[in-house]
Amino acid sequence: MSVLAFTENWDGKFKKISFELVSYAHQLAAQMNTNAVVVSIGNVPEEELKKLGHYGASKIVRVEDNRISGLINKAFTAIIAQVAEKEGADVVVFSHNFTGKALAPRVAVRLRAGMASGVNALPDSLDPFVVKKGVFTGKAIGHITIKSAKKVLTLFPNSVEAIEADENAVIETFTPQLSDAHFATKVLEVKKVTDKVLLTDAEVVVSGGRGMKGADKWAPLEELAGLLGAAIACTRPVSDEGWRPHGEHVGQTGKIVAPNVYLAFGISGAIQHLGGISASKHIIAVNTDKDAPIFEAAEYGIVGDVQQVLPKLIEAVREAKKQ
Amino acid sequence: MKILICLSNVPDTTTKIKFTGDNTQFDAAGVQWIINPWDELALTRALEIKETSGTTIEKVTVLTVGKADTEPTLRKALAIGADDAVRIDAEPKDAYQVAAQITGFVKEQPYDIILCGIESSDYNGSTVGGMLAEFLDSPSVSSVSGLFLENGQIRLNREIDGGQEVLETMIPFVAIVQKGIAKEPRIPSMRGIMMARSKPLTVKPAVAADELTGFTAFELPPPHAKCKMIDAENVGELVKVFRNELKII
Ligand SMILES: Cc1cc2nc3c(=O)[nH]c(=O)nc-3n(C[C@H](O)[C@H](O)[C@H](O)COP(=O)(O)OP(=O)(O)OC[C@H]3O[C@@H](n4cnc5c(N)ncnc54)[C@H](O)[C@@H]3O)c2cc1C
Ligand SMILES: Nc1ncnc2c1ncn2[C@@H]1O[C@H](COP(=O)(O)O)[C@@H](O)[C@H]1O
Repeated sequence: MSVLAFTENWDGKFKKISFELVSYAHQLAAQMNTNAVVVSIGNVPEEELKKLGHYGASKIVRVEDNRISGLINKAFTAIIAQVAEKEGADVVVFSHNFTGKALAPRVAVRLRAGMASGVNALPDSLDPFVVKKGVFTGKAIGHITIKSAKKVLTLFPNSVEAIEADENAVIETFTPQLSDAHFATKVLEVKKVTDKVLLTDAEVVVSGGRGMKGADKWAPLEELAGLLGAAIACTRPVSDEGWRPHGEHVGQTGKIVAPNVYLAFGISGAIQHLGGISASKHIIAVNTDKDAPIFEAAEYGIVGDVQQVLPKLIEAVREAKKQ
Repeated sequence: MKILICLSNVPDTTTKIKFTGDNTQFDAAGVQWIINPWDELALTRALEIKETSGTTIEKVTVLTVGKADTEPTLRKALAIGADDAVRIDAEPKDAYQVAAQITGFVKEQPYDIILCGIESSDYNGSTVGGMLAEFLDSPSVSSVSGLFLENGQIRLNREIDGGQEVLETMIPFVAIVQKGIAKEPRIPSMRGIMMARSKPLTVKPAVAADELTGFTAFELPPPHAKCKMIDAENVGELVKVFRNELKII
């Protein structure tokens, strides 16, 4: 018996989302009276792997194969399923990000496991196994029961804390059985966005809507984001108009974000936009219209013109940072 | 080549969500049903590829697993331009069961390119596409934001955390698509609606498939606390919140 977590790495490094996942696996394993095991695929230095132990992993299974470059769903699925079998995993957990969404359903079929995706808490109960997840894009919460013996979960980012729990993790190397058929897709090129805070990773997101009034009006918003170490986001019409790149579009049809703080400037708060931000811990809105729906989702609000509020806010943040 | 698009039938995105039966069931009364937004984009892209690649694409089929009440959604897809439609006659309960139903059909009638959406906007599963690929033992590429067919070769763009990748894949394969795959969903033309009436919509019996999960209860999020207003002339108050409460500076 065990709980297995798949931790993705970025150029050999883990991120907060990886530690959250290991911590979740550890707490779940404790409820089940068993241990949390981690599987890591690709080149990760030993001291980086050790960090997973600080969040409760008792064993780390490292898999390296020189054919692996980038995410190849079939190969990764086979590896994770083989490790799950070897470790007798009852529950396999992934992060609910691009990679987790790609792999978890495939692994679930391999293990004949029922799957609950985007869960945001530890199970309500283990027998029956019931766990909570957001449904209708944040408009409601569902309690889903998994009836199969094996289970696969994906954990919604930022929904649990990464709690330190010192386990002296043993690191073990595993050689998977893979054939050429596992490598039917090939990554030809990677275009990275560098030296910017990643939207889906950010603690603070500064976002603008049509109320920003044009493609050339974003300098203050960028400046504020810089001061707060925040990522920049926007609404759909803003990216459709080409004011901002598509990668910044947040909402039901764009990215789903769950930062600690989401600052909305000139955003009306349409239901489709809220769908992508409702898991944020704190929402703050600036809008000229006191009746804008965004204020119903926000915790703090300022009724005002972004072009006047932003410079003042930048000034005040700058002053506060000096102290 | 043949393209299959899996469509899920979902409540319009502006639907007010309510539950019945002591919060155990979604209240479908008065709900307007639509093609899941990503599936609609997938269909649009499939039709664009068909139109721009000569005779390479023989047909574009749409498929849904659902009871007879999902047929208007399939007819809409036909009106948008799909060549034929398939309905597998089963109530969708769980991703594993739905993926198994689609697998039964595809094993009987193979397709070269299968498109699924990244998630259904109702239960936000993000599950069926990946499960289908594994049942079929096909390669899959997910978070696909671009799909191109050039000289019989498939190219895909995939979104990753912090960038984008360009991939190639063998055929057959499953692409799980998201925003960017097509610009705007196509809307049915008058002529499309007329033609849809005579296009084939085949109903297939369900195959035996297990349900491994089920929703047992729902709740609505707690009502939101009232927004605390700060005067526009006094943004310093907000900065205090940043520092003392939110601890972001
Ligand atoms: C199927 C579907 C999916 C969709 N998916 C998404 C999605 O994923 N993400 C998304 O964002 N939208 C999505 N939309 C669009 C959504 O319905 C809204 O149209 C959109 O979110 C509105 O964007 P906005 O707030 O920037 O613009 P508007 O609604 O035009 O709001 C602008 C706001 O700025 C305020 N304002 C104006 N001037 C100023 C000023 N000087 N200072 C301060 N405030 C000012 C106005 O009072 C207004 O509230 C979707 C729509 C559909 C139908
Ligand atoms: N009942 C269904 N019939 C056909 N395709 C479906 C069905 N449910 C989900 N899908 C497909 O799987 C994708 C992801 O759905 P889900 O896993 O339910 O979030 C959808 O975008 C569809 O392409």
